[in-house]
Amino acid sequence: MDLRVSDLTVARGGLPVLSGLSFVLEPGGALILRGPNGIGKTTLLRTIAGLQPPVAGRIEGAEDRVAYAAHADGLKPTLSVSENLTFWARVFGAGDIGSALDAFELGALAHRAAGSLSAGQKRRLGLARLLVTGRSVWVLDEPTVSLDTHAVGLFAEAVRAHLAWGGLALIATHIDLGLSEAGVLELAPFKTVLAPVSDDFDEAFL
Amino acid sequence: MIALLLRDLRLAVRAGGGFGLGLAFFLIVTVLVPFGVGPETALLSSIAPGVLWLGALLACLLSLDRIFALDWEDGTLDLLATAPLPLEAVVSVKALAHWLTTGLPLVLVAPLLGVLLNLAPQGYLWLLVSLALGTPALSVLGTFGAALTVGLKRGGLLLSLLVLPLYVPSLIFGAEVARRGALGMELTTPLLLLAGISAGVIALLPFASAAVLRVNLR
Amino acid sequence: MAASEKLNSLWSYANPRKFLAVTERMLPGLWALSGACLIVGLIWGFFLTPDDYRQGSTVKIIYLHVPSALMAINGWLMMLVMSLIWLIRRHHVSALAARAAAPIGATMTVIALVTGAIWGQPMWGTWWAWDPRLTSFLILFLFYLGYMALWSAIEEPDTAADLTSVLCLVGSVFALLSRYAVNFWNQGLHQGASLSLDKKENVADVFYIPLLVCIAGFVLLFIALVFYRTGTEIRARRIRALEARERAGA
Repeated sequence: MDLRVSDLTVARGGLPVLSGLSFVLEPGGALILRGPNGIGKTTLLRTIAGLQPPVAGRIEGAEDRVAYAAHADGLKPTLSVSENLTFWARVFGAGDIGSALDAFELGALAHRAAGSLSAGQKRRLGLARLLVTGRSVWVLDEPTVSLDTHAVGLFAEAVRAHLAWGGLALIATHIDLGLSEAGVLELAPFKTVLAPVSDDFDEAFL
Repeated sequence: MIALLLRDLRLAVRAGGGFGLGLAFFLIVTVLVPFGVGPETALLSSIAPGVLWLGALLACLLSLDRIFALDWEDGTLDLLATAPLPLEAVVSVKALAHWLTTGLPLVLVAPLLGVLLNLAPQGYLWLLVSLALGTPALSVLGTFGAALTVGLKRGGLLLSLLVLPLYVPSLIFGAEVARRGALGMELTTPLLLLAGISAGVIALLPFASAAVLRVNLR
Repeated sequence: MAASEKLNSLWSYANPRKFLAVTERMLPGLWALSGACLIVGLIWGFFLTPDDYRQGSTVKIIYLHVPSALMAINGWLMMLVMSLIWLIRRHHVSALAARAAAPIGATMTVIALVTGAIWGQPMWGTWWAWDPRLTSFLILFLFYLGYMALWSAIEEPDTAADLTSVLCLVGSVFALLSRYAVNFWNQGLHQGASLSLDKKENVADVFYIPLLVCIAGFVLLFIALVFYRTGTEIRARRIRALEARERAGA
């Protein structure tokens, strides 16, 4: 099923930041979002993940299909790597964590407490979580923060495998992942231009 | 749902403080009361049910802000909100986990503390019953308060201010059951009202808590 | 058709600009009228009514106590209605009106409590008794405090409006529950309702008419204060929005 975004407006702190945004992502497709800091990448991704309502426009094909990963990985320091992963696998009703551990080379760390991992290792665990959700739409906000080159390679490999399986990926990132098949969406042209201030303010006070 | 409950319980056990802190607080409050009001056994025994109820309520309050705070900070709540589990279920499980780690131990230890306050012999059973029926409502109401204040930096004090007035009916009926039990009086009415409040709160409030949590996540 | 048009025209007052324009025209009249009612009612009540044969002159405090107690409850009810309107129709003005009403309602509650204590001292021989009605008002005051604290703790206005509205709904249920719980807990020494349709049973005519005037004065004062404060809230909100635009570089 396609992910279809049409004429979307998203707001941060009550103020529209991006508007008139439309794109279609087919199964097996990936889209890289680019734009300067503060343009609204996180807001857009959170809206598509269903964490906040859009101001206007429609998002089709995202509901109950999104696996979301942002700056925080949702890891519990006192639980071990495999316990953390098993928890998310059970919440999403998917089974096997072994292949997820392998894909991000976490097998050797499986019984370490997540709190004792390095930042990059934590990130890898957070990304491994995507594999155990069994969800087809990956919505990723700066997934490569604190990853080294090798780990970025692992991540790109995981995304490629996900796309080959028929998944979709929406990724906000600044670095080149080496995903040649991914499309790029420049967000700057969609920045909301607010109408000049008038005395005739409306319901939203804008 | 079970996965979430087990994880919360495991976290509480591993963190260590989960069970202990509330109980220690309950003990300290109970010990301090005789210092405040004097050691006369007759007086202590007459105020024992109310003091024990109040102590349990305050001990319960102590751990409320931890229900969502950690999951909020590390992003777990965002991820749970996008998971197949409805947020209403998440909230209910959180309340249940809070009750199992805080409310239930308080219920079980209350009779022991009753000894310290010369609780009348016939009062123990009803103290236990009233706390067992009343504390689930305290956990569910506390979860609502925690959901309201989850994103706030100094939420702890505000949480108490919001939750304590909501505790009034449960406290009144619960302490009344315990008091009448200790005096050997008829107690069906307050017992039913206490149970009714708990049942209503457990059935309805998770919807409000989930709605509030959704607002805080956006 | 006529009915629905009327309804639509009613909702049009939810536009902040229209609300401001209308209330600004009404406010001077409201201030004057409420002032007149209060002056007439209080002078009439305090100086031109006979002393009660049992309670003496202390009874005259009802001219402050009863109206403020009424407005304390009605203030919360108004907040409840405004909260519902916000949750259902999302008119910003209704959320701001609820916010504006809270401190006024809380003040009314304090007035009711203080006048109650002053009245209770000679009557019951104590400043404070854990009488069910006094206790309920104390609990209501706590609800007001929590509601205002939540408003002021949250930065983002729409989030604050949503959260406080839900709190107001849940709080209303529990305020009512507490009322019955407190009744059960202590049967109390308060005299029965001072006012009812069957007025002969309660307060004699000589006291009754000035009391009605005082109540009218309090109601008008409450409305005027809510309008005034809502206007302030609307302007504050507008400034906030303009600043946000500025930061966004518009």
